[in-house]
Amino acid sequence: MDCVGINGVRRVHDMGGLDAGPIDREEPEHARWEKRIDAIRALCSKRKLMRTDELRRTTEDLGPGLYDALSYHERRCAAITNMLLQKSLFTVDELGRKMAEVERRWAKAGKP
Amino acid sequence: MTGPDTHTHAHDHGDHDHDHDHARTFQPDIEDSPFSHYQVMAEALGELLIDKGVITADELRSQLEWLDARSPADGAKLIARAWTDPDFKARLLKDVNAAAESVGLSAGDIPIRAVENTPKVHNVIVCTLCSCYPRGLLGLPPDWYKSREYRSRTVREPRAVLAEFGTVVGDDVEVRVHDSTADLRYLVLPMQPKGSEGMDAAALEALVTRDCMIGVSLPRSPRA
Amino acid sequence: MTARFRIGDVVRIRRAFPPGHVRTPYFTRGMSGVVDSVVGSFHNPEDLAYGRYNDATLPLYRVRFKQADLWPDYDGPARDTTIVDIYENWLEPAEGEQQ
Repeated sequence: MDCVGINGVRRVHDMGGLDAGPIDREEPEHARWEKRIDAIRALCSKRKLMRTDELRRTTEDLGPGLYDALSYHERRCAAITNMLLQKSLFTVDELGRKMAEVERRWAKAGKP
Repeated sequence: MTGPDTHTHAHDHGDHDHDHDHARTFQPDIEDSPFSHYQVMAEALGELLIDKGVITADELRSQLEWLDARSPADGAKLIARAWTDPDFKARLLKDVNAAAESVGLSAGDIPIRAVENTPKVHNVIVCTLCSCYPRGLLGLPPDWYKSREYRSRTVREPRAVLAEFGTVVGDDVEVRVHDSTADLRYLVLPMQPKGSEGMDAAALEALVTRDCMIGVSLPRSPRA
Repeated sequence: MTARFRIGDVVRIRRAFPPGHVRTPYFTRGMSGVVDSVVGSFHNPEDLAYGRYNDATLPLYRVRFKQADLWPDYDGPARDTTIVDIYENWLEPAEGEQQ
């Protein structure tokens, strides 16, 4: 990764001009949850809960580890969630409990 | 309780059909693939926002349906019209959003600018910093457009990228890359394919692919 | 707001590397190019990204760079270009430079 001293630090999302491999042109259908994230993002914009620029910033601020490890929609999900936490739309506690509830519900449904 | 969201048979749900009652809360096929942290988070996010009255389940469903309906068809209509109507073409080049509205289409709120291919210039669009794309006319961007590979290489070696898409541009033609970093989005107005003169609007629209409006390809050629 | 630069002006992108949200790509910093168009005035993304929703706007330009200037090893024709949309706060005049 090209982040060096004399010319300063290149942020992880700012990738124009870096070397990279061949382009994977496959276009798999997006999973339901990915479309859900897109829809939530659009609705939050409409409600003026977040500006495009804020979402870009929180995405960029995921930093070099997560930015590349996560898929596009995982990044979006993380960024939107972090943003809404910052804006106190819900609390960490509420989110944690809700996520645990969803997991329990899904795990239960999977049992034979 | 989640509302009846659109349920698609995406690849991570296995490839068997199953009945689903849309009135019930969504249950993924656990036995086929474990749900991911972000899948859980996405579900929880929607439910929390609904619980708190920020959005409604109906709105979420409508938004999902709207997103599913997005396609490049509107962009193709504008291109095909520009090919046959010089006045419309001039208006398109001046202001895409206004030109779209004038023919009953909506390009959305974000200003879109058309960049014209000529015998001397071939345009290609990228967003190196994220994935800005003229969604109002082309729908959702393909995964490759958002990839590290496309975002990194297109500004640096556009001809090699074009070649991967099977597009070769002669050395006597300028390849002009547009990095949509700010408030504008870009749409390529390709040249009308040879042999398509006299074709009707629908036939012309069928020649206009999403990829030729991004600039990585040329429009389809009419059948002989 | 009056735009400082006009079409055809040679401009240089400031050589600065702040952390934080910037819409001026790294590959343009310190480079010079030509103003291709003056787009209009918009809110500064560097403000919006941090929740500063004020009325301030600034001019946005499309700046055209020669690929050969951007990439020392560019192997395409000299006529190839990249155009980047850049806000006025990142531009300074590049007097005396030939394009």
